[in-house]
Amino acid sequence: MQLTVWTYEGPPHVGAMRVATGMKGLHYVLHAPQGDTYADLLFTMIERRDHRPPVTYTTFQARDLGKDTAELFKTAAREAYDRFQPQAMIVGASCTAELIQDDPAGLAETMGLACPVIPLELPSYSRKENWGASETFYQLVRGLADKERRPPPAVGEAGPRRPRANILGPTALGFRHRDDVVEISRLLGQLGIDVNVVAPMGATPADLVRLGEADFNICLYPEIAAQACSWLERTFRQKTVKTVPIGVNATREFVSEVCQVAGVMMPGAVDQGRMGWWSRSVDSTYLTGKRVFIFGDATHAVAAARVASEELGFKVVGLGCYNREFAREIRAAAEKYGVDPLITDDYLVVEEAIEAAAPELVLGTQMERHIAKRLRLPCAVISAPVHVQDFPARYSPQMGFEGANVLFDTWVHPLVMGLEEHLLTMFREDFEFSDAAGPSHLGHASAAHAPVPAMAEAAAPAVAVAETAPATPQPGGWTDEALAELGKIPFFVRGKARRNTERYAAEHGVATITRETLYEAKAHYAR
Amino acid sequence: MSGAGPNACAAPPVGADGILRERGQREVFCGLTGIIWLHRKIQDAFFLVVGSRTCAHLLQSAAGVMVFAEPRFGTAIIEEKDLAGLADANEELDRVVTRLLARRPDIRMLFLVGSCPSEVIKLDLSRAAQRLNQRFAPNCHVLNYSGSGIETTFTQGEDACLAALVPELPFSDARQLMVVGSLPDVVEDQFLRLFADLGIEKVVSLPARRAGAMPGVGPNTRYLLAQPFLAETGTALDKRGAVHLSALFPFGAEGTTAWLHAAAQAFGVSEDRFEMVTAPPRERARKALAAHRDKLAGKRIFFLPDSQLEVPLARFLAGELGMGLVEVGTPYLHKGHLIDELAALPPGTLISEGQDVEKQLDRVQASRPDLTVCGLGLANPLEKTGLSTKWAIELVFSPIHGYEQAGDLAELFARPLNRRDLLRV
Repeated sequence: MQLTVWTYEGPPHVGAMRVATGMKGLHYVLHAPQGDTYADLLFTMIERRDHRPPVTYTTFQARDLGKDTAELFKTAAREAYDRFQPQAMIVGASCTAELIQDDPAGLAETMGLACPVIPLELPSYSRKENWGASETFYQLVRGLADKERRPPPAVGEAGPRRPRANILGPTALGFRHRDDVVEISRLLGQLGIDVNVVAPMGATPADLVRLGEADFNICLYPEIAAQACSWLERTFRQKTVKTVPIGVNATREFVSEVCQVAGVMMPGAVDQGRMGWWSRSVDSTYLTGKRVFIFGDATHAVAAARVASEELGFKVVGLGCYNREFAREIRAAAEKYGVDPLITDDYLVVEEAIEAAAPELVLGTQMERHIAKRLRLPCAVISAPVHVQDFPARYSPQMGFEGANVLFDTWVHPLVMGLEEHLLTMFREDFEFSDAAGPSHLGHASAAHAPVPAMAEAAAPAVAVAETAPATPQPGGWTDEALAELGKIPFFVRGKARRNTERYAAEHGVATITRETLYEAKAHYAR
Repeated sequence: MSGAGPNACAAPPVGADGILRERGQREVFCGLTGIIWLHRKIQDAFFLVVGSRTCAHLLQSAAGVMVFAEPRFGTAIIEEKDLAGLADANEELDRVVTRLLARRPDIRMLFLVGSCPSEVIKLDLSRAAQRLNQRFAPNCHVLNYSGSGIETTFTQGEDACLAALVPELPFSDARQLMVVGSLPDVVEDQFLRLFADLGIEKVVSLPARRAGAMPGVGPNTRYLLAQPFLAETGTALDKRGAVHLSALFPFGAEGTTAWLHAAAQAFGVSEDRFEMVTAPPRERARKALAAHRDKLAGKRIFFLPDSQLEVPLARFLAGELGMGLVEVGTPYLHKGHLIDELAALPPGTLISEGQDVEKQLDRVQASRPDLTVCGLGLANPLEKTGLSTKWAIELVFSPIHGYEQAGDLAELFARPLNRRDLLRV
């Protein structure tokens, strides 16, 4: 058993739902107990869809278990087909139905429904949401793509035609998938490339039939489409563009890879957005070396690490992902930044790692927002799982050059702004602007921070505590005066200073940490 | 919403007792969702679900929009290796609980909450709770109940939780009134003041706000149900000798008056005193309701099953605000506890128990009600078809009981209609 406070991914059948709900004309019959329909809310509330997900649940109850639950499944499948008349159906079990072993796949095959039925085997107790989405999409592509289809000739009656690509990976409930697809389609248009099929999002089973008519595939979200892409590569000899265009540099590389695969000329000038200039302007100088901890799905985490270090000048002090399937990518990237890769789906382990790394900014998922709140650290969201506020009405891609603009604004926003940071460091006892109050541009008594203390002396709690503490050394060998000095260091680097000092004391056999030890450690680690 | 058009729904088959019973796909929550409000009510309790990743995902989808520094619920996710042998699963559970309690030493009560997977593999959580209780008592009391979807629907999770608490309550011979069902703190306080003014000396609440402050129970306990979904809890209290006071549920001016009156009668409060205490707040409630009556009177409302609050709320909306009832769906109908409510409904009201959601949605579309009360999985899709909806879950999460909230309760139903008229977008 795994103690889970928060889970990064849902069960695999939710991955299958993301594929089904992203598509049109596909229906999913899910053998599941009463209550599992909660998953509909992910789509109708979090993603705010205006239609019910195309999912029929058998919703069996305890009283059904003594009877024929297999028959219940067959009735549900039959009625779903009659009512919704889908072009194709997928059938499978949720975690509880997996235990009662009715074999929905086998049952559906014997029913003779008048449409293709694709059975899903999604092991709920060992696999998770992304795997479920990937497997479902792969099975759909394998089951539906017409192996006879090929791209039309490169030169037709009207002359040479434009190259065409499939964009693969976007699903329902994907983090910014909606706008990423718009941004990337537009970029392809500028390069003179047409889009054959976008899938699963927006595609019908009939669209999947003609996947072979594209010249190549763009694997936008490897977590969902890598498996399908490699099958298409083997089956249709379509090449796969593998660079994920998140960040300015990655987008440039993406453009060059696309041009090479498509056999088109690199364009002379593409509008590369404002991010480069924003980051080079002097207002951003204070961002240099900001310590950032990054966690999310592997694709977004690796991309974020690159943007953070190359394009914003942050220092990556932690990098990890929750999806083991992409551990290799994280390990490679972590090596580049000289940090230990963190590959875990255990929220508590991530929390420990963040605490140990003492970053000034956390880039993570909705779950890292909980951690950041507890540790009182600034945080921005870069990856699923996300909640309703990260399915915004406005155009908010992560990919392409506009995506880079969005990243700049989003990541810098939670940090204390430059002038305020300087003043907080210079004057520690202001009754209004203080560590305890948090950045003033976020509005005061902000949710991320403790209530604003009414009196000036309460406004710098670390100092106040240290000065009234007894004269004996504190835990960890800290003297009162050293603790008081530590309290004068701005909160966003205080954790790091404390740990460095303690490490320095341990390594140099210093039993009592004095004010001098603090500054010796500072000089030591400044090298 | 696709599929059959309005003509596809013939008159539904109704049983001899006038109640339509349907089986089919149910679009409801499981009992685990009760944790979302119970963890706030009992502040030093922790709810540990023993289940699958689906269970964990449900909880965080429902609660995760709040950003927690320290959430007071979690899931022990069953993995493949736990499915191999049950002895192993018990050891695993002990390890998980030990880790949890080490992290949260402030927890005084731990509920092991059963789920569909744990029920299907027959993991004996009651024995696990006993075992762990011996180990962690007296610092932490370990209890268990089932919130599984196969056994419980939404608010039945609270019923199962309270029913698990009842056998653990200390014995008390005191002549006392017990208010059963978790109420928002402000509402609980109002009721306590009213009972005090009526001269009922000892009034206790189940659940209490702290694990260590749970009330005693015994043959001199008279209990009022504040919520209609407490079937098992009622049975458990009966077993301890407590006596149920049958009444309307305290929604609206009339419901609240009848509910208070049942207690007043049982405790020998004079009619004069009852009138003196309840007249002013009753008048306030009537005044507050009048503000919404113009909007709601004559409007037709359709309840899909969700929380078992549907019957009392329908009675309130029809009786005090003049709304027309198209269909009142409930996941489960406890005729004993609802006997007064059923009698107070307009004659001929169509009540449905259970659900076949596609057919029920056909009936919604055919009748085109002015307001449809439904879950969040259906609300936006129905809005898209031009129907106004009131999402049902809010009724469980808002202070709606008692005199002072009567206007707020009406407003919850008037708000979607007001909004529809207001928007020019």
